[in-house]
Amino acid sequence: MSPVNDLPTTPDDPGPLLSVRGVDVGYRTGRRTQVTAVHDVSFDLHPGQSMALVGESGCGKTTLGLGLLRLLPRSGVVPKGEILFRRKDGTRVDVRTLEKEKLRRFRWNEAAMVFQGAMNAFNPVLRIEEHFLDTFRAHERAGRRRPRKEILERSAELLEMVRLDPARVLGSYPHELSGGMRQRSLIALALALRPQLIILDEPTTALDILTQRSIVERLAELREELRFSMVFITHDLGLAAELADRVGTMYAGRLIETGTTRDIFYRSRHPYTSALINAVPPVVGDLHVPESLPGGPPSLNALPPGCSFAPRCAHALDVCTTTRPTLDVLQHRGAGLSHTAACLRSTDAELHAEGSPVIDRTVNPAHAEPRPDDTAPRAASTVGHAGAPASTGPAPGSVLDAASAAEAVEADERRAQPPC
Amino acid sequence: MLTLRGAQQVFRTARGDVPAVAGVDLDVRPGQVLCLVGESGCGKTTTARMAAALSSPTAGEVLFRGRDVATMDRGERAAFRRSVQYIHQDPYASLNPVRTVFSTVSAGLRRHKLVKDRHEARRVTIELLERVELTPAEDYLDKYPHQMSGGQRQRVAVARALAMEPEVIIADESTSMLDVSIRVSLLNTLGRLRDDLGVSFLFITHDLAVAKYFAWRGEIAVMYLGKVVEHGPTPQVVNDPRHPYTQALISAVCEPDPDLARTKERVRLRSSDIPDLTDLPPGCDFHPRCPLYAEGSCDTERPPLVRSHDRLLACHVVTRG
Repeated sequence: MSPVNDLPTTPDDPGPLLSVRGVDVGYRTGRRTQVTAVHDVSFDLHPGQSMALVGESGCGKTTLGLGLLRLLPRSGVVPKGEILFRRKDGTRVDVRTLEKEKLRRFRWNEAAMVFQGAMNAFNPVLRIEEHFLDTFRAHERAGRRRPRKEILERSAELLEMVRLDPARVLGSYPHELSGGMRQRSLIALALALRPQLIILDEPTTALDILTQRSIVERLAELREELRFSMVFITHDLGLAAELADRVGTMYAGRLIETGTTRDIFYRSRHPYTSALINAVPPVVGDLHVPESLPGGPPSLNALPPGCSFAPRCAHALDVCTTTRPTLDVLQHRGAGLSHTAACLRSTDAELHAEGSPVIDRTVNPAHAEPRPDDTAPRAASTVGHAGAPASTGPAPGSVLDAASAAEAVEADERRAQPPC
Repeated sequence: MLTLRGAQQVFRTARGDVPAVAGVDLDVRPGQVLCLVGESGCGKTTTARMAAALSSPTAGEVLFRGRDVATMDRGERAAFRRSVQYIHQDPYASLNPVRTVFSTVSAGLRRHKLVKDRHEARRVTIELLERVELTPAEDYLDKYPHQMSGGQRQRVAVARALAMEPEVIIADESTSMLDVSIRVSLLNTLGRLRDDLGVSFLFITHDLAVAKYFAWRGEIAVMYLGKVVEHGPTPQVVNDPRHPYTQALISAVCEPDPDLARTKERVRLRSSDIPDLTDLPPGCDFHPRCPLYAEGSCDTERPPLVRSHDRLLACHVVTRG
């Protein structure tokens, strides 16, 4: 067995950090039965990118996130596909076949996870310092065992990085901290061994809005400083709009649309993505009546034939109930930023002409109409103050290599629009 | 309809008295929505519990149709219990797992003797389930909570509240546990009850977008550390917030619009820590975090809730304005 594919990579093009190829994730439900929760997912994550996985509960987002690090519960299996990860030393490994000890070194050193529900992710009977000590001792490379004092000093630095007072936090038990403090401690813990990738599962759900804001801003700043990549799982589209360079929508275990954040929010081509976006009422501006999306995702045991979304889709045709759409590239871009959608009508001019399923702000490149400014309809409170105030925070990813490529692509597109 | 006058709730704990709600005046008007927003721990739920007479205020009073709830006799109290219904946050915890939907929804009907027999109870329950869009209702009657999704359970909780033909529904974070798609359809269902049946709502949420959508024609009261700091018609409060705390809350919302998210102006707070309720700062409770903090009265004198800028505001700096 050779779990390690030591493919040397050329220094000038290191390629994707994480390359997911045709991955299925399933759960064993009996001796011979199994339900497949994630079907045939493929994507490339390049260094410095931040990708959001969005969708309703039960669409396989968390299962996929756990599967990427092989953190699934005992009944979970990854029967198919490849999860290629480029380690810090440049070698590539397939996480799916990594053996036990190597997997342990891989986790946290290369990729770490911030779990959902900061409430339950810590062991309630251990102090926070204990969690840090455990992490360092379990995952740091062999031969680099550090004394307790040194680890605690490093932990204090990490906690300061997320704006916590180490003196207060290290000696506390989890129940003595507020939800926001726990979530920050978890992020600090995830960063402990400087991983290249962090997977965050619903990082701000169940937090208060001001706490959420400070965590979002800190995460964006840390990403600039430490240059890690992120995959975060969320059902909060606002968070995705804010923190991600690219978005993948999941439905019934499949990726059904991927693209840059602007592709997804302004030019989404899958009715499910549009429906999710339209279901969120915005806070600024006049009353915007959100559209409801009745029903729920299908049972994974009884997926409808054809497109899984067809039974709930307002634009479904007869053919949708029989033919399963493939994830087609609508606009090709490098670095995994192509806009793709799995919808039989994704290029249907009729459907996308007047921005019917998408928000009225939509501009469709194929039917470009003058777009004064994407933010114009809500301009009232989006004052574009000259020399953006410091409070705006850094545009996430602006100094990051791959992410800035995304920005460049976006900027090009913006320039391509007719001037106002 | 339902009125709180100087309602106060102080919890006595080993660490000292915790003034969870420090005197609020609120009115729920017939057929109107009053929305309470604020962070966790600001006293929203405690206020709602007082309004529903689930706990009695340590000072102040709760009036229903002008009658003090505390001095009601048995009959009046039973009528009050019928007229004011409560929908809890967590539909996984608020439904009895060993009761069927029929049993849960009809329990109140039978208890208050609103139906003659089982046959009638079943008929009324079916009507209620249809009203909350659980159709076909016959399929749901004999289901147990574990056989349903979160959204369906919450609809059962709404049906149970409706069974009493209430005049006021108190909804405590009733949509925050649900997925975005389901949240909107439940809000629309509640909106129809408001419009068709004229039910008043005391609606509690921490999600300003939800508050704005549901209470657009009603009022919003923003609470901070047990006090109302800004209270006015929804469009004014949301689109033109005046209290620095409301401004901070509204600017902190993540908007589902990437361009807007990057250009939006954010209010910077001076501190992100919420003061401890047992050790409140002198003067205005918000002054240690307030970006508008000015030397003078902010840290010495508690700002009263006064009418200013077409709403009620508790801020020295803005009301002096």
